[in-house]
Amino acid sequence: MEWMAWTWPTALFFIVIASLLVVFTVLGIRYPETPRTGILRIETTRGDRLFITLLGSAFINIAWLGLVGTNQAFALIVCLIYALAVFRWV
Amino acid sequence: MDKTVNQKAWFLVLPVLVLVAFSAVIPLMTVVNYSVQDTFGDNVFFWAGLDWFREMLESERMWSALGRQAVFSFIILMIEVPLGVIVALQMPKKGFWASFALVVMALPLLIPWNVVGTIWQIFGRVDIGLLGYVLHSLGIDYNYTQGFFAAWITVIVMDVWHWTSLVALLAYAGLQSIPDAYYQAAKIDQASRWAVFRYIELPKMQGVLMIAILLRFMDSFMIYTEPFVVTGGGPGNSTTFLSIDLVKMALGQFDLGPAAAFSLMYFLVILLISWVFYTVMTNLDKRDGV
Repeated sequence: MEWMAWTWPTALFFIVIASLLVVFTVLGIRYPETPRTGILRIETTRGDRLFITLLGSAFINIAWLGLVGTNQAFALIVCLIYALAVFRWV
Repeated sequence: MDKTVNQKAWFLVLPVLVLVAFSAVIPLMTVVNYSVQDTFGDNVFFWAGLDWFREMLESERMWSALGRQAVFSFIILMIEVPLGVIVALQMPKKGFWASFALVVMALPLLIPWNVVGTIWQIFGRVDIGLLGYVLHSLGIDYNYTQGFFAAWITVIVMDVWHWTSLVALLAYAGLQSIPDAYYQAAKIDQASRWAVFRYIELPKMQGVLMIAILLRFMDSFMIYTEPFVVTGGGPGNSTTFLSIDLVKMALGQFDLGPAAAFSLMYFLVILLISWVFYTVMTNLDKRDGV
């Protein structure tokens, strides 16, 4: 594992993503769902909305880094609001 | 009757998961690790935080490569899509010549990327290449190793030569699926050739054209081998597209950190486009009830 050059922050990053995947898998088994159509006019399941959230969050973070440049933690708050909006309306 | 739910079949996917883990997930994780650190080799790393991402976002070099990439993909689409449709419209509909045309159209698609690059690299050479020699003899100043326009035109014509067939074949498949009754109705209404194209053929081709556009966009956005073989990204940086620049940075300069940050952002853009591609395709399928 030495060659992979692990650091705690990146490990934490992947642990969070992995646990999200596990949680959503368990949710998917325990509470089966039917896809719904939201404001994007595409059918989405919980998993799709998680993907849209994660991908969007990555772009929000990059945009914050490029445009604001400081206090990266605030970008996470924006991501959280974005995530709530995605799970509510998409 | 209740359906039995049995999820055990998922275990059959395990070998694929293991393969993907080794070929994609673990390398990607490593790239993420590299992107926040600096190294001088010897597997010694120093924490750099988000500095490389910041540096890349402010880097003139990356933005200009992205600009060239966008211009390249745009030109490719503007030429290949209309040309492919025109070619498809001209192709014979049935009989021996239809099969013949299909085989001829499929030929460029079968040639590996680096071979296509080599073909055009030689074809365009002023000393021994047919194209380069003829243009040079006509007094046209054509030299893709020195001229900006010559390099761009060569790379674009090469891509058009290689990939227009794909658009043409897809459009042809779309055209073949139109029942004769539509054409007969158009004839009764004395519709013009343009009206037939605009109101019958184009709407029927919409789905396949969407696929063609997205495929060509993604492919051209990730292009590496062909321009690398022909121009090597030159003259200067004029045909250095994103992936060529990335390889230069990672392997040429051994700037692993910046290259990792660059490739992650590149990956995100590709991921976004792929997702749009996938979503559009599945929704078109649902709408058409396929």
